[in-house]
Amino acid sequence: MSAAKNINITLKIWRQKDSKAKGNLETYTLNNVSTASSFLEMLDQLNEQLVNERKEPIAFDHDCREGICGMCSLYINGRAHGPDTGITTCQLHMRMFNDGDTIYVEPWRSRAFPVIKDLVVDRSAFDRIQQAGGFVSVNTSGNTIDANAIPIPKDDADKAFEAAACIGCGACVATCKNGSAMLFVGAKVSQYALLPQGKVEATQRVLNMVRQMDEEGFGNCTNTGACEIECPKGISLENIARMNREYLKASLK
Amino acid sequence: MKLDSKIPEGHISQKWTDYKDHLKLVAPNNRPKIDIIVVGTGLAGASAAASLGEMGYNVKAFCYQDSPRRAHSIAAQGGINAAKNYQNDGDSIYRLFYDTIKGGDYRAREANVHRLAEVSGNIIDQCVAQGVPFAREYGGLLDNRSFGGTQVQRTFYAAGQTGQQLLLGAYSALSRQIGLGRVHMYNRHEMLELVKVDGKARGIIARNLVTGELERHSAHAVIIASGGYGNVYFLSTNAMGSNVTAGWKVHKQGALFANTCYVQIHPTCIPVHGTNQSKLTLMSESLRNSGRIWVPKKKEDAEAIRAGKLKPTQIAEEDRDYYLERRYPAFGNLVPRDVASRAAKERCDAGHGIEANDTNEGVYLDFSTEIQNKGRQAAYAQGNHHPSPEEITRLGKAWLEEKYGNLFTMYQKITDENPYETPMKIYPAVHYTMGGVWVDYNLQSTIPGCFVAGEANFSDHGANRLGASALMQGLADGYFVLPYTVSNYLADEIRTGKISTDTQEFVDAENQVKASIDKFLNNNGSKSVDHFHKRLGNIMWNKVGMARNEEGLKQAIAEIAALKDEFYKEVYVPGKSEELNPELEKALRVADFIDLGQLMAMDALQRKESCGGHFREEYQDAEGETLRDDVNFSFVGAWEYKGEDISQEVLHKEELKYEFIKIAARNYK
Amino acid sequence: MAKSAFLKSSIAKKYWMALTGLFLCLFLTGHLLGNLQLLIPDNALHFNQYALFMTTNPAVKILSYLTYISILFHAIDGILLTIQNKKARPVGYAKTDGSSSSMASRNMAVLGTIILVFIVTHMANFWAVMHFDKKMPLQSVTIENMGQKMELYVTTDTGKFFPKDSIQMMQNGLEIRNRTEFYNKQANLKMGEGYKDLYKITIAFFKDPKMGLIATILYVLAMFALSFHLLHGFQSAFQSLGINNKFTPAIKKFGTAFAIIVPLLFAIIPIYIHFLLK
Repeated sequence: MSAAKNINITLKIWRQKDSKAKGNLETYTLNNVSTASSFLEMLDQLNEQLVNERKEPIAFDHDCREGICGMCSLYINGRAHGPDTGITTCQLHMRMFNDGDTIYVEPWRSRAFPVIKDLVVDRSAFDRIQQAGGFVSVNTSGNTIDANAIPIPKDDADKAFEAAACIGCGACVATCKNGSAMLFVGAKVSQYALLPQGKVEATQRVLNMVRQMDEEGFGNCTNTGACEIECPKGISLENIARMNREYLKASLK
Repeated sequence: MKLDSKIPEGHISQKWTDYKDHLKLVAPNNRPKIDIIVVGTGLAGASAAASLGEMGYNVKAFCYQDSPRRAHSIAAQGGINAAKNYQNDGDSIYRLFYDTIKGGDYRAREANVHRLAEVSGNIIDQCVAQGVPFAREYGGLLDNRSFGGTQVQRTFYAAGQTGQQLLLGAYSALSRQIGLGRVHMYNRHEMLELVKVDGKARGIIARNLVTGELERHSAHAVIIASGGYGNVYFLSTNAMGSNVTAGWKVHKQGALFANTCYVQIHPTCIPVHGTNQSKLTLMSESLRNSGRIWVPKKKEDAEAIRAGKLKPTQIAEEDRDYYLERRYPAFGNLVPRDVASRAAKERCDAGHGIEANDTNEGVYLDFSTEIQNKGRQAAYAQGNHHPSPEEITRLGKAWLEEKYGNLFTMYQKITDENPYETPMKIYPAVHYTMGGVWVDYNLQSTIPGCFVAGEANFSDHGANRLGASALMQGLADGYFVLPYTVSNYLADEIRTGKISTDTQEFVDAENQVKASIDKFLNNNGSKSVDHFHKRLGNIMWNKVGMARNEEGLKQAIAEIAALKDEFYKEVYVPGKSEELNPELEKALRVADFIDLGQLMAMDALQRKESCGGHFREEYQDAEGETLRDDVNFSFVGAWEYKGEDISQEVLHKEELKYEFIKIAARNYK
Repeated sequence: MAKSAFLKSSIAKKYWMALTGLFLCLFLTGHLLGNLQLLIPDNALHFNQYALFMTTNPAVKILSYLTYISILFHAIDGILLTIQNKKARPVGYAKTDGSSSSMASRNMAVLGTIILVFIVTHMANFWAVMHFDKKMPLQSVTIENMGQKMELYVTTDTGKFFPKDSIQMMQNGLEIRNRTEFYNKQANLKMGEGYKDLYKITIAFFKDPKMGLIATILYVLAMFALSFHLLHGFQSAFQSLGINNKFTPAIKKFGTAFAIIVPLLFAIIPIYIHFLLK
């Protein structure tokens, strides 16, 4: 346990007016940052300073600030969600940094995630992949069979849950040297492939989701494993392998 | 205005069935001719949009986030209640109904709550069919756990991420409809006005948050599912973007806003660390099963701890005040949320708070007793009847880790303290708002065609919500109530045809929104939006927070009115309208929070009783417990907007009639 | 599903990379076993026999064509994937931190390119000489007969030799046709088949006083590239094919061993030839 102290930092932050403009890294200095602050609170503090100086504050995505909504992003000092593991940027705290540090803050970089402004990127490609097949085609009447009618082995249910824990933040794409979305898509495909309710449509699902993934312009998987390490929810590479299997099965049908 | 709740006649258990059987329908071939707008894509919004799209209506769904999957329903941890009685422990629809009414301190509508309990089972069936991976037992069947305020195990869960899994289920159903072209999704859009034509809700003005463009969208019905208004306090467990704007715009257009003062303050959150804090993080209620809550008995000890001269582990057992166990021996640390929160505040106000921040607000949640108990049990279970103290501690910590490991890690990441070694510091924080837009049994507001669902309406939780019931209500409204009641309304709209957005009503609404935006951008003040939001939060927390009194509320009303004036004079909003401008978004939201804050204080002032989340210091018994006044205050307080000056709002009362439940006092001793 | 998608989709491309890659691992094993015969002292015959077998056996021929196709497919597919991958991130990061993935896994394309260049030069140096060089020597042995040294061409018939001098001097009516066949000119009769002396070429290549050292060093460097390529590629192929289960740790261990041992043994050969072989 270390008591909170105040540090002074230099920030190099990507500024870009809109999707069409050319951006560049701007340098800012920020003093008296409490090490008990979260990284985003530090950015709040910088924005407050910018507003008070009548400068335009930095746009960045964030919402729940408790690591579950998946809205926050940021490539901090060369790592998705910054220099800590198993967390999102909103859970990163300034005690991970030292007085006098220079911190690089960049948006996710991917052709499929175009920059909207500053650090904000458009991740709707993920939504479109989900719309292509990330669901069970059951109507919403509630007149389905009883929830306990089909027992599901606990192991399968647990694995499906682990895959479903994905928050869709895009860190996997951001950190992959190829900008591949295989971990995201693999997690979704796996969740449904593991459950009896999802198996019915497994063939069409994996083909459609992969087709959409390719159309969005994500890169290919080189199995470097960086995505698994940077994933704030620890989604396993096993899910990518499972998708590869599912795709092979579907292709041979 | 006469409030008609439209509660059907008949026995409580038959009301909904009979009512549904007689609702008007829209034939499948007519549905594609009808447009419906859904604002918000949390559990209520996403499930409503998906269901109505599935039925064949043209649905337009709006969310301010970059994806509908990010709505704050996702953050719910514990679970969702359903009267399935899978555990064979005597649960039933009636019991869930009863527990919810009692938990709400007898301030909720019987018929609505019973309907909620009736459809609760369908929710679980529906979610499982959608591929929601609920926790299961080794036999492959669904697992349950128990939650506060109940004596049965009816809570379904998916680890500590139930909200996430349920929302992703609803999002997957929504995504399917988007893919099929039956729902058109508008991400990064914020509703800024409701458009009424001939008294009916006919559309909205939405701002594209990326381009800043104001868009007119017409529809035959508008559903508001935009969540709660906890962010009026600035610091809360809500998401940063959670706001009341959609609900407030509807209110300004004539919908009544009800039970504004009912706010749930969750007892176990991580305390404020400093002035730059942006939000509060909840630690699951389940921790109170294993942790004991205490503060130092002596003020000097509390002072020494705050000064860093003493550690909590150095305080002797006899110098600790386990105040919940002392005051509520029967329930101890497991009293309901409102009770636990108030007790913490009482101790901190008395100078026993232990957190070294500006307010000294914080109490300990201590796991050391549990470590010893479980450690000894574990040692015995292993056949070791003479474990050494070290062994006991090691085994006890292992037990805790298995049970709460992820929560302990989260706590450590945020606070940099190891809760296995030193007690957690916790303090209550604003969590959920039971109040909201007044709706009738159909979930329709007083504006025809404007429906309100989920946390945004006031309907089901009375003065206090039970754990694991918010998820239930959101999905019940969206999947199983709105599809029927909205169709009933729309049956009269099949001849209306496409609604033009070129009419004067739309032009006026857009111009008004444009004017309010321009006003902010041209204001040229000197203070940031957050500056005002924090000040509003301060007033609200101190005077309309966990404990309220007449004098404080009157001060709050005056202070908020003054703050409102200053806000419009002094706020500085940089940038332009035609771009992504988060400061502008915040300014528009804070403007509505300020109005709402004042109304909350007014509602709290008129409610001269203590009930659930609303505690008036004047109305307590000798032991500091709530004193409800069923004779004079058994009503829903619904406010009518009367112009810019909020103090002119008029209160309407909907009497609450309890035909099937006998009102009793809530006692946790 | 359209069959074209099976060729074009990102995942299918990876299947092909994995399948060709694993096939090439098999090839490497076979190639290594043959090459190791270079280490057997004073036994050119073994190696040349192996070389002859490899160039003439019909089954081996099919395998070798499969190998060429695999190499081409692996390279072309790899280039296509790399182009797509580069396109997927048009603007790079100003600051990167590679700690979350291995150096090898991030540089498969670079390593692959090095290996491809190596394969091309390697084939030019040996395979092309073996197949097309008119001056490709035939294996001969020197024997001492009554104090006189005599060079004899070795043939595929055990015990049958043709004296080198006589052929060169156009005596005995013997001549060499089609680079390896001993013919009786008058009778137009094939008398025997010689061995192309790949052994000699190999030894000469790495013992060349001018270029031998450089060749050895480059060869060893190429084997480093191969090692890193395999280090990631071997286990990665299984993941691409969807195999990630309880055997994965074993596959990874085997892959690591394979990636170290195979290139190491390959590299030992030129080092031995250059530095140790007398």
